[in-house]
Amino acid sequence: MDLAIHAIGLRKRFGRTDVLDGLDLAVGAGVVFALLGPNGAGKTTTINILTTLVKPDEGSARVAGFDVVAEADEVTQRIALTGQSAAVDEVLTGTENLVMLGRLSGLSRRDASTRAAELAERFGLSDAANRRVSTYSGGMRRRLDLALSLVVDVPVIFLDEPTTGLDTRSRQELWRLIRSLADAGTTVFLTTQYLEEADRLADRIAVLDGGRIAAEGTADELKARIGGDVVELRGRDGELLRELPSDGSVHGLRAAMDELDRTPAAATEGVKVTIRRPSLDDVFLAITAGGGTSDRSRDLIETK
Amino acid sequence: MTTLTATRPRLRGFTAESTFITRSLIHSIRDVEALLMAVVLPVMLMLMFTFIFGNAIDPSGGYVDYVVPGIILLCAGFGAASTAVAVSRDMTTGIIDRFRTMPLRSGAVLTGHVVASLARNLLATAVVVAAALLVGFRPSASFVEWVAVFGVITLYILAITYLFSAIGLAASSPDAASGYGFILLFLPYVSSAFVPVDTMPEWLQWIAENQPITPVIETIRSLLLGTPMGDSAWWAVGWCVVIIIVAAVWGAWLFRRKAGRR
Repeated sequence: MDLAIHAIGLRKRFGRTDVLDGLDLAVGAGVVFALLGPNGAGKTTTINILTTLVKPDEGSARVAGFDVVAEADEVTQRIALTGQSAAVDEVLTGTENLVMLGRLSGLSRRDASTRAAELAERFGLSDAANRRVSTYSGGMRRRLDLALSLVVDVPVIFLDEPTTGLDTRSRQELWRLIRSLADAGTTVFLTTQYLEEADRLADRIAVLDGGRIAAEGTADELKARIGGDVVELRGRDGELLRELPSDGSVHGLRAAMDELDRTPAAATEGVKVTIRRPSLDDVFLAITAGGGTSDRSRDLIETK
Repeated sequence: MTTLTATRPRLRGFTAESTFITRSLIHSIRDVEALLMAVVLPVMLMLMFTFIFGNAIDPSGGYVDYVVPGIILLCAGFGAASTAVAVSRDMTTGIIDRFRTMPLRSGAVLTGHVVASLARNLLATAVVVAAALLVGFRPSASFVEWVAVFGVITLYILAITYLFSAIGLAASSPDAASGYGFILLFLPYVSSAFVPVDTMPEWLQWIAENQPITPVIETIRSLLLGTPMGDSAWWAVGWCVVIIIVAAVWGAWLFRRKAGRR
């Protein structure tokens, strides 16, 4: 398979912190790839390196077949970046933004106008196209932001936390648009803090922790890593009192129940036990916390 | 699997520059308050110097003739200082990283700011000159000399605006950029802009005579009023060209270096 993004051993230090500490990535062409990680894990730094904004201290990366340091110019001809704060010009109108990007991408004046109208239509911005962006809602801004990345059908698109701060409806709308890009053959590399987003949108997910990739695979593969099920103890009002991982065997389940017996709250009337499949949340916590879900169950007890 | 192969070509000619100039001009026109300030403030300064200080400095009433070139440069300084703030603020917006990840000449964004600022400044200059004519400014310049005045003023505005757009890039925040701008608001006072240099203490005379604003002022004054030119024009043009070259190179370098550090 062709690799759209291939990074080997990326390292980046800022001051005394190693933001990236030997990051490896391989992203196939036409894939939606989600880089997942807590705040400050190095997601934006990774995007900055892959989009030629920042040079790595060590390691190398190729995007769309070209080296991000030695052939930065070739790379920038083949990528589009939608940064964390909306990369739109607030003073200009939607149309003016789109035409400007078209002109900067080498389209003639006429082609840039045609393309601007097409994209405004496709992203549901036609009515607002002649209003200044400063009057747009968060969702509209993000849609315009994404549209700006698509003025030319470049092979690789980077989206840094594309749905942060959006309401559920805008988020789902954006997911649909991103998905349609991948279906058309674009490689989409996105970062997110939302596990649901990665679960719903991404073909492949990588969890970034401590400056390197802690786990990588499809959502199902990652969930399988945690093994069996999760046993939950819920209070009278359905509030979560405790949750324990279990390997799915009879023995494992019994061990979990024994553990629950030692929880004082378990004897209270109305408290219920449920068993559920692990979510990406469980995977994420298991990987980034290192100690599995037990750390979290302890937290839950302590905050009671 | 289909693989997309479309690319953005490297732009030919000055498409990027003209696109960014359009962008910055639209920004200027839509910020009505800033545009008004850029025009009104220099006119107020001119009136203040003419009517409040004017008679004290030159009781014959001819001070307006002396001071107009200085006011024009002060007004250029005000424009350049506001460009530093505009550039600095622009760098905090997400769209700059989008531009940086496109195959564009790295000075193009700055050029857009500088040319739009030049347009604002020339407008302000025209209004100042018109207002000065109303309150008694009587230049003796011929048409050719007016054209030369226009040329010198344009060159000076380009030089300090380019320099201050680069300073705007280097500044850590828009507030810091605004602080650096004060240099330009004070520098004209330490020149022959408002009072003759020989009225200053000796150590200050040395600074006043050897800083770029004095030859620019003397050149404009000579063209407008027929005072002796000497070698001022050479010094004026030389200073401006050197500043433009330094600022353009420094600015393009800063634009690349500051990537990803918002």
